[in-house]
Amino acid sequence: MSTEPLLVADQLTKSFGSTVALDRAAMGVAAGEVVAVMGPSGSGKSTLLHCLAGIVTPDSGQVRYQGREVTAMSDTERSALRRGEFGFVFQFGQLVPELTCLENVALPLRLNRLGRRAAERRAVEWLERLEVAEVAGNRPGEVSGGQGQRVAVARALVTAPKVIFADEPTGALDSLNGEQVMRLLTDSARHSGAAVVLVTHEARVAAYSDREVVVRDGRTRSLASTA
Amino acid sequence: MSIAQTFLGLLEAGPRHGYDLKRAYDERFSHARPLHYGQVYATLSRLLKNGLVEIDAVEPGEGPERKRYAITKAGVTDVRRWLTQPERPDLYLQNTLYTKVVLALLTGRSAADVLDIQQAEHLRAMRELTRRKADGDLADQLICDHALFHLEADLRWLELTAARLDDLAAKMRAAGTHRATDGERGEVIR
Repeated sequence: MSTEPLLVADQLTKSFGSTVALDRAAMGVAAGEVVAVMGPSGSGKSTLLHCLAGIVTPDSGQVRYQGREVTAMSDTERSALRRGEFGFVFQFGQLVPELTCLENVALPLRLNRLGRRAAERRAVEWLERLEVAEVAGNRPGEVSGGQGQRVAVARALVTAPKVIFADEPTGALDSLNGEQVMRLLTDSARHSGAAVVLVTHEARVAAYSDREVVVRDGRTRSLASTA
Repeated sequence: MSIAQTFLGLLEAGPRHGYDLKRAYDERFSHARPLHYGQVYATLSRLLKNGLVEIDAVEPGEGPERKRYAITKAGVTDVRRWLTQPERPDLYLQNTLYTKVVLALLTGRSAADVLDIQQAEHLRAMRELTRRKADGDLADQLICDHALFHLEADLRWLELTAARLDDLAAKMRAAGTHRATDGERGEVIR
């Protein structure tokens, strides 16, 4: 039986032109674990998340998900993996402005070919879980930043993903709203058994994780092992 | 935190026995570190001596007599003064962490390790506070938030210092060379 974590990054390097974003970065995420990826601006933490999620292909090194090599998959296979197994929450602009919040949450299910009624029924359940059922009929432009971000979390969770990638999910929110989003995101993920890879430069946000990985100058360092 | 003024504040709501006062204090303010009875009665006798509280009643108990304490006018004035006086913002210019970083550089050890290990410890404490907040009431949340924001400020300092380590090492190396030429013992700075 394999003891490898759910998601593994091994010796990742990635450069953009002459800028080295990742330099032999490595980390693992166990099923159901909440891991914070921390580091100053420009340290490479978002690039690490993008490589882990199969959005960016590293120059060298491997990403493995459930033992399958993501870095060797075709674009189509990677898209299917992202749609079926992963959920995403970003800092800005992930909701489709023309759709209502309900339609936004139901969208990943519709893309996975679930019928409209079933998709919307499940979407409503997640909006309720994230305490934003009252904005179901509103468009994203009509709701507050905190509400919009909770809708985005609902959308990330609606497909019951195994891993949620959250890149500065509270970056545009004030302290109180940021805290609500983090509490609901981590509670919901733990409740449904999803792992979370949380990129943040804020320690108060990272404090919702089980452990942290620090990225400096493209290199990773797991602090728990040095303590 | 001032136990004396907190007792006075609690007594403003009405007279209490020493034991009740301790219980009210522990419930609201001390959390994991309850007051010792010695602290309670030493504080009360000092307040009594300074005329800030008085004995309101003495009741027979199963053991010794139980005294009930009440706040005096001078006590109320003291509470008001305490509440309207800002706390002095502490300056940590020479704090332990700074000393450790400098000493690590002076002795050729990794100052980055000192900062990283401290960062991990701060985050561990912040996780614990975040969990306590999740399980606690609003009062718990406010107290934990205060601690969390302070720890976060420390972490920002750690992060900034980590970014300035090369500069700091270079400055100390220059200062060390300067002193060495003056005949002082050399220091190892990497």
